[in-house]
Amino acid sequence: MTPQPTVLDRLRVANARGGVRLSLALVRWIAMLAVTFAGLLAITFFIGRKIPIDPVLAILGDRASASAYAAARVRLGLDKPLVDQFLIYASDVLRGNLGMSLLTANPVIDDIRRVFPATLELATLSTFIGVMIGVPLGVIAAVRHNRVVDHVARVIGLAGSSVPVFWLALMGLLLFYARLHWVSGPGRIDPLYDGMVDTRTGSLLIDSLIAREWDVFANAFSHIALPAGVLAFYSIAYLSRMTRSFMLEQLSQEYVTTARAKGLSERRVIWRHAFGNIAVPLLTVIALAYSYLLEGSVLTEIVFAWPGIGSYLTGALLNADMNAVLGSTLVIGATFIALNLLTDALYRVFDPRAR
Amino acid sequence: MHSPAERTPMKPARAHWRAWLVTDTPASPRQAALGRAYRRWRRFSSNPLSMLGLAILVLLVVVAAVGPLVVAQDPLRQVLAERLTPPNAAHWFGTDQLGRDILSRLVHGSRLTLSIAMLVVVLVVPLGLMIGTVAGYCGGFVDTVLMRVTDVALAFPKIVLALAFAAALGPGVLNAVIAISITAWPPYARLARAESLRLAQADFIHAARLSGASHLRILLRYIVPLCSSSVIVRATLDMAGIILAVAGLGFLGLGAQPPSPEWGYMVASGRNVLLDAWWVATIPGLAILAVSLAFNLLGDGLRDVFDPRHGG
Amino acid sequence: MNLVSRKAWATLALAAALASAQTMTVHAATPKDMFVMATLLDEFTTLDPGEIYELVPEEYVANTYDRLVRVDLKDPSKFNGDVAQSWTVSPDGLTFTFRIRAGLKFHSGNPLTADDVAWSVQRTALLDKGAAAVLAGIGVTKANALQNVKKIDDTTVSITTDQRYAPTFVLNVLGAWPASVVDRKLAESHQKGNDYGNEWLKTNEAGSGAYKLVKWTANDSIVLQRFDGYRLPLAMKRIVLRHVTEAASQRLMIQNGDIDVARDLSPDDLDTLSKNGVIKATAVPQATLMYLGLNNKNPNLARPEVWEAMKWLVDYQGIQKNVIRTTYKVHETFLPEGFLGALNENPYHQDVAKAKALLAKAGLADGFTVKMDVRNDYPYSEIAQAVQANLALANIKVQLVPSDNKQTLGRYRARAHDIYIGEWSADYIDPHSNAQGFAWNPDNSDASSYKMLAWRNAWNIPELTKETNAALAESSTDKRAQMYQKMQRDMLAKSPFVIMFQKVSQVAARPGVTGLEVGPINDLVSYRDIRKQ
Repeated sequence: MTPQPTVLDRLRVANARGGVRLSLALVRWIAMLAVTFAGLLAITFFIGRKIPIDPVLAILGDRASASAYAAARVRLGLDKPLVDQFLIYASDVLRGNLGMSLLTANPVIDDIRRVFPATLELATLSTFIGVMIGVPLGVIAAVRHNRVVDHVARVIGLAGSSVPVFWLALMGLLLFYARLHWVSGPGRIDPLYDGMVDTRTGSLLIDSLIAREWDVFANAFSHIALPAGVLAFYSIAYLSRMTRSFMLEQLSQEYVTTARAKGLSERRVIWRHAFGNIAVPLLTVIALAYSYLLEGSVLTEIVFAWPGIGSYLTGALLNADMNAVLGSTLVIGATFIALNLLTDALYRVFDPRAR
Repeated sequence: MHSPAERTPMKPARAHWRAWLVTDTPASPRQAALGRAYRRWRRFSSNPLSMLGLAILVLLVVVAAVGPLVVAQDPLRQVLAERLTPPNAAHWFGTDQLGRDILSRLVHGSRLTLSIAMLVVVLVVPLGLMIGTVAGYCGGFVDTVLMRVTDVALAFPKIVLALAFAAALGPGVLNAVIAISITAWPPYARLARAESLRLAQADFIHAARLSGASHLRILLRYIVPLCSSSVIVRATLDMAGIILAVAGLGFLGLGAQPPSPEWGYMVASGRNVLLDAWWVATIPGLAILAVSLAFNLLGDGLRDVFDPRHGG
Repeated sequence: MNLVSRKAWATLALAAALASAQTMTVHAATPKDMFVMATLLDEFTTLDPGEIYELVPEEYVANTYDRLVRVDLKDPSKFNGDVAQSWTVSPDGLTFTFRIRAGLKFHSGNPLTADDVAWSVQRTALLDKGAAAVLAGIGVTKANALQNVKKIDDTTVSITTDQRYAPTFVLNVLGAWPASVVDRKLAESHQKGNDYGNEWLKTNEAGSGAYKLVKWTANDSIVLQRFDGYRLPLAMKRIVLRHVTEAASQRLMIQNGDIDVARDLSPDDLDTLSKNGVIKATAVPQATLMYLGLNNKNPNLARPEVWEAMKWLVDYQGIQKNVIRTTYKVHETFLPEGFLGALNENPYHQDVAKAKALLAKAGLADGFTVKMDVRNDYPYSEIAQAVQANLALANIKVQLVPSDNKQTLGRYRARAHDIYIGEWSADYIDPHSNAQGFAWNPDNSDASSYKMLAWRNAWNIPELTKETNAALAESSTDKRAQMYQKMQRDMLAKSPFVIMFQKVSQVAARPGVTGLEVGPINDLVSYRDIRKQ
C-alpha cells in the first residue's frame, strides 16, 4: 500500500499547482484581513464610547472646576458626534497614529511597543514548555491508551486546566519564591538590572543574550520562569489532550495496522507516520493555544506584576482610556487574525479535503 | 471480550427489554432511537472516568437542589468576631473575612454555578448552531458573510468584550455570563459549519430535496440534529473554561458581586488572606476544580460515545 | 523504550533549566544605597505638578520638586522654608512676600530665581487643571494669577490673596505640591504652543528637589536618582518605586528582602509579619476619612431621623476591631486627628433599638430599600458588606453596587447615587480643606460649579457655608479651633454624613531601614532621611 504522503510531498504538489492560484488566494486573504480588521475597529470603538466611564474624570480628578471639565471634553473631541469621532480615529489609525494614552501620557504605539513584547515573551515561553512536555505526553497517552498511564495523565491534565489561574499563580509564588527560593518574585527584572540592556526586540531574554549580559539574562529568566510555568500548566493540559485525541484517530486507521504487519518498528510507525500526519493539525492547535495565552494572561500579569498588554488593556478599559483600549485591541486582534489565516493557509496547502 | 449479554445472567423480563433495544431490526423509529441511546449509554458507562464525571455533576445538582434547605447557617450572616477561623466542628470549612460560614456559602453558591453552566449552554449552543448550519448549508455569499462575522468575533480579545460588557451593563454574574457567551459562540459556529458542509453533500439530503422538503425543514430536521452532538460535546468541554472565566472576572471585580456566594468570587476575594487563611480561597477553588473536572470528563466521555473513532 | 526517552528528555531538559535557574538566581539583595519600595502606581497619569491631583503622585512631586515652604512634620503649625529663606505678611493680611535663598540650582544646572517661583505658581493657576483647585483656595485663579503672583526682583516673590485668611492657611496652600517650583527655562524650551511645557512635563521632570527622575514606566516603576547638588545630605543614591497591586505579592516580596518597604499590606499580613519580626510596622494617622454619604435627592435619605438612625446602626467598633484593625481607627468627626480644631468625640456606637425608634418616628419602621455605591477594591468592599449587614438590622435593605473607582466617583459627582461609601483626603493640613469638603455648599443647584461633598449629597447648608467661610478668615488660632469644633458638633448631631473611620497608614519596613518620613498626607512624605543598615 502506498504510504501516506509526507509533508515534503505535499509542499511540492502545492507548489506545482501554480503561482496564479496562490496570488489570487493572497489577494482574498488580504481582503478578508481588511474586512475583519475594520469590523473589529468599529465594534470596539462604539462599545468604548458607550461605556459609562468618564475619561475626563481620569485626567482631571475629583476637584477640578466645571470650566476645566468643559475644556477637557472639547480638547478630547468628546463633544463631536460619534460617527465623526470614529472617522477621525480610523483615519489616524491608517496613518499609523494610535493616539495618546490618557493614562500614561505616552503615544499608545510607544506603550504597546513596551508592553506587547512582554506578553509575547511570556506566551512564547509558556507555549514552548507546553509543546515540549504536552505533546510527548499526549503521544504516550495515546499509545498506552486506556492503561493506567493514560488515565493518570488525563486526570492530571484535566485537573490542571480546571484551576483558577490566579490561585495557581499565588500558590506558585508561595511555594517556589517564598519557601524554596528557586525563582525570583513578581516583576520582570530586579531593579538593580533595570535599564541595563538596550531594548532591541522587547524580549529581555533575547536582548540580554544579544548584549552578552549573562547576569541580566539569569535574573530575567528567574523572573519569567514561574509565570511561564503557571501558564504552561494550561498549555500542557490542552496540548496533551489534543495530541492524544489526534493520535488516537491516526492509530485506529488501517495504514497503521498494515505498517505494523509489514514489520516496521513501533517507533517508526508512531513517530514517522502517525505523528507526521498530525503535525499540521497539531500546529494549528498550537497556534490556537498561543493566541489563548496572548489575551488570557491578564490575571497572571496582575499577580506577577508583569507589565504586559493584558494588564495594560484592563487598566485602560476601567479608566475609559479609549485610545489605549482601541490600540491594544487592534494589535491583539490583528495577531489573532494573522494566526488564524496562517492556520487556514496550512490547512489549505496540506489537506485538500478541507477545501 | 465478553459481549454484554454474557456478563451477568439476566432475569427473563430484563433480557427481553435488552433484546428489544439492541435488535438489528428495529420496528419503529422510536425503537431505533431508544436502542441507539441505550448502546451509547453502555459505551459511556463502561468508562470509569466518564462515570466519575457524571457522578460529580449529579452530586452538584443534588446539592444545588436540596443543599440550601439542609444547611444550617445563613450564608450571609456575619459574625465579625469569628472571622478567619479554620475548619472546626462548628464551621466545617471555616469562616471567611467577615465571619461567614464557608460551607453554607459553598452550598448556596452551587446553585449559581449550576445556573451559570446552564445559561451558557442555552445561550451559546443555539446561536453557534444556527449560524454555523446556515452558513454551511447555504454556502456561497451567505457563508462568506457569516464566516466573516464569525472571524471578527473570534479575533476579538475575549477579555475586552467581557470587560466592556460588564462595564457597560454593570457588574454581576448574569452580565458576566452574557459577556462571556457572546465571545464564546464562534468556535461552535465554525464546528457546526464544518459538519454541515459535509452533510450538505450527503445522499439522503439530496433525496429529501428531491422529495420536496423545504430548506428550512431540511435544516431543522436533519442537519441541526446531526451537528448538535459534536457541538454539545464541545460545549461540555468548554464549561470548565466558562466557570473559570467568570471567576476571573470576579478577580477583576466584574463578575459576581458581594455578598454573593459565587465560588469564583469567593476564591477571588479570598486571595487577600490566602497566606494566613488558606481555606477561604482554596476550598471554593477545589469545588470549582471538581466541577470543571467533572465537565471535562463528561465531555470526553460523550465524545468517545458519539464518535467511535476517538474512543477506540 | 525509545518512546519514553523522548518524553524523558523533554522533562529532563526542563528540570535542568529550572535547576540552573535556581543556582543562577543572582539574588540581588538591594545594595545599601538603593531603596526599593512597593506601592501602587496606577494613579500616575502625568508627572506635571501643575496637573497632578492624586495621592501617590503627590508623594513623588514632594521628593523631586521643592516649593516655597513646607510644613514641619514634627510640629504642623510651623513651617520651614524650602526655597524661601524668610517671609513676611502685609498688615492687611493680603500680601505674602517671600525672600528666595541664594545659590539654589535646578537638576538641570539652571539657577533657581524668583522668576521661576512666580512663573510656577502662575502656571498651575493658568493651566486650570486638577491641581488648580488648591490655589483657588487662596483666591489665585486663572483670571488673576498674573496680577496676584508677582516677581518683585530676582530674590523676592509676592503673592496676594483675594481676602484675609489665617496665615497658616495660606502657607499650607503655598506649601502644597501645586506650588512646586518648576525650572522655567527648561520647561519653556520644550513647550508646545501655549502649554507652559505641560506636554513635556507629563513624562519628564524639571525640579530642584532631593531626587531626580530617571525613568517613569507607567504601571511598572519609577526610578529616582540622588541630586548631588541638594542643600541637604542624602544617604540613598537610588530610589525605586515598584508597582505591585497584590498585597500578597507585596508581602512575599518584603519577606524575601526584594523590597525594603511595603505600603499596602493588609492588617492580617501586618500582624503575621510583625509577630515574626520580619518587618517593623509604623503607624501614621492619615488625613483620610472613610464615610457614608447619604444623597438627599432620595426622599428617604433626606430625613434627619434617618441620618441619625444610620449613625446608630453602624458597628464602628466591631468593624474596626475585626476587619480593618490597625489600618483604620474609629473617627466620627470631619476633622482628622492632629488637625487644628480636631474634636476627639465619637458619640455614636451601634444601638439598634435607638435606630429603630428613630426610624419609627420617621414613619419608616418597616425600613426601605436603597443602593450603595462602592469601589470594588480592598478594603472598601469588605467594609461595605459589613455596613450592609449592620443596616439590615433595622430593615434597611442595602443593595451593593460595586464598580471601578472612576465609575463610582462619576456617579457620585452626578448625584446619581443613594448611599456612597468612600474616602475623602485633605489636600493640605489645614482644617479648611475638610470643612470645605463636608460643610460648604454655596450653590446647591444642578448647575453649580462647586461640587464638594455637601453638594454631591444635595445638602443645602447656607448657615454652615457661612461658618466655614468665617472660620477660614479668622486669624486667631484659638478662635478658629473653637469655630471648627462647634461645626463638628453640629454636624455630628445633624448631617447626612456618617463618618466612620480615619485611615492609619502602616508603613512596613524591613529591619535596618529607617528614616522614611510619612506624614498625614502623601504630600508630606519625605525620602530625604532614609537610611539602611
